[in-house]
Amino acid sequence: MTALAEPLPARPGAWARLKAGRTLPLATVLGVVLVIWYLGSLWLNAPAAVERLNRAGPDWTTSQFVGAIWALDRPLLPTPDQVAVDLWKSTVERPVTSNRSLIYHAWVTMSSTLVGFVLGTLLGILLAVGIVHVPTLDRSLMPWVIASQTVPILAIAPMIVVVLGNIGLTGVVPKSIISAYLSFFPVTIGMVKGLRSPDPLQLDLMRTYSARGAQVFWKLRWPAAVPFLFPSLKIGISLALVGAIVGELPTGAQAGIGARLLTGSYFGQMIQLWSALVMAAILALLCVTAVTLTERAVIASQGGRG
Amino acid sequence: MNRAVLRSLGWLVLALVLAGFVLWWIGDGGVFTAATAWIALPILATVAAVWLALAGLSPVPGRVTGIAVPVLFGALILWLWQVLVTGFQVPQILLPSPSMIGARFIGSLDTLWVDFFQTFIRSAIPGFVIGSGAGFLTAVAIDRSPFLQRGLLPLGSAVSAMPIVGIAPIMIMWFGFDWHSKAAVVVVMTFFPMLVNALAGLESAGAMERDLMRSYAASYRQTLLKLRLPGALPFIFNALKLNATLALIGAIVAEFFGTPIYGMGFRISTEVARLNVDMVWATILVAAIAGSASYGLLALVERATTFWHPSMRETTH
Repeated sequence: MTALAEPLPARPGAWARLKAGRTLPLATVLGVVLVIWYLGSLWLNAPAAVERLNRAGPDWTTSQFVGAIWALDRPLLPTPDQVAVDLWKSTVERPVTSNRSLIYHAWVTMSSTLVGFVLGTLLGILLAVGIVHVPTLDRSLMPWVIASQTVPILAIAPMIVVVLGNIGLTGVVPKSIISAYLSFFPVTIGMVKGLRSPDPLQLDLMRTYSARGAQVFWKLRWPAAVPFLFPSLKIGISLALVGAIVGELPTGAQAGIGARLLTGSYFGQMIQLWSALVMAAILALLCVTAVTLTERAVIASQGGRG
Repeated sequence: MNRAVLRSLGWLVLALVLAGFVLWWIGDGGVFTAATAWIALPILATVAAVWLALAGLSPVPGRVTGIAVPVLFGALILWLWQVLVTGFQVPQILLPSPSMIGARFIGSLDTLWVDFFQTFIRSAIPGFVIGSGAGFLTAVAIDRSPFLQRGLLPLGSAVSAMPIVGIAPIMIMWFGFDWHSKAAVVVVMTFFPMLVNALAGLESAGAMERDLMRSYAASYRQTLLKLRLPGALPFIFNALKLNATLALIGAIVAEFFGTPIYGMGFRISTEVARLNVDMVWATILVAAIAGSASYGLLALVERATTFWHPSMRETTH
């Protein structure tokens, strides 16, 4: 009994542990952001609310004022709960096939993101393999790959969509081409680094085994490059998402997250705009999380410590 | 000058002659028919000759070949673009030839300058300065609070994966159609990369160096100014280079959502709608020049201020 009565060692340290962990700081920061958001929407929407209240009569109370702010049709900055309610309404309460459902729009954006991402990744890996194995390509092409990072390629997006639409290609294809060319540069750069990462000793060892080029590639270079591939994939997939969203802007706002942003902007529907933005953020997090989980699984299956 | 280089130069002269011949022969274009299929021979020969020249030059170490090889490769691509587009008479709407883009670029310098001024000087640069500055100051401010750092870092890296340009319509509603809203988008886009990188940079000073500063009885301020900020410079320049591209992208894409009747984003979206694709390419050329120039400028400043850093030692090879 006496042994059991001893105080648990973890107990006094619980607060310290919580403070040293990531959850509490993150929750605090998010809480502060929420408070600032509410204050900001009170402040930004005050003029419109005051005007509406004054129309009814000169005397009104604080609670009426707060109520008026929540009742505004087109608030300048919607409050987080308004956005959350709209998000709930447009995802859960509408059928998925309806074009007022945010899930439908998210799917439209997501499909071209994923197609483009896969295409871009394959292309990027192929280019990297070429650059690593052909010295001439390395000296002549690699500087252009690096220089292309300094060029705002996203600006070409509307042109690709309109030009391809002009020759009859619409829908997923033009958008995924944009996503593909945005995501393939980081993959190429990461893979070139990764395929070069085996040191000369390991390459020499392969030579003493009289390994063929393909064997060196599959047994040494490729496994060594995998840890470099995934960080590039994370950059690539978030770029692919941005590319798909921007690619939806010039098509006259038919479907997709970008179209929701554009119509929200045209008609001043701030709440719709915000829920589309939150949806885009959720998609981005989902994509990156999916890549991270794949990374962990792949690295673990290779016997590494992910 | 060894023999490989001389041989490469020989291939190069041959390639130039062939390339000139093909360009002269094509003239105004539309000559690729079944009867003139033999034109493929000089074209392929040119590509082969340039490739042989590149293969001869690329093992040669040194700065000159380091620049000459990619430039040659770029020239080959431009030439192929020109020859194929004019030869097959690709409709100008689909892909204008480089010469056409160049002519349009020279011919509409006035418009391009107005657009450049609106988008680059008025939107991108102020946004870049304010966003990067605020990110840096925030990093220094929360540097003493590990609690805030642990809260802000995951948020910062999550935000960097998000499509921030999407806030452009909101900023337009708040700050109006002119450059203020674009600068605001750029501020938000550039803030977090700087915050995350500057925090990592401030942490990068090693335990030995910090102990040394402590043994000098250096104050927090002295340690910050003499050890940690200089140590953070490579990280800060990384963020600045990243932000330079982000700023230009943010300013251009924000203009797709609404803008006065000038600006690079406005030019791209309207000229695309009017199918003046050569004007779009000329604007993209301006964007490419502006992006590479600001990157190069930052790289020069970096070299001048962080010459002591180990990452700068490799430049001689």
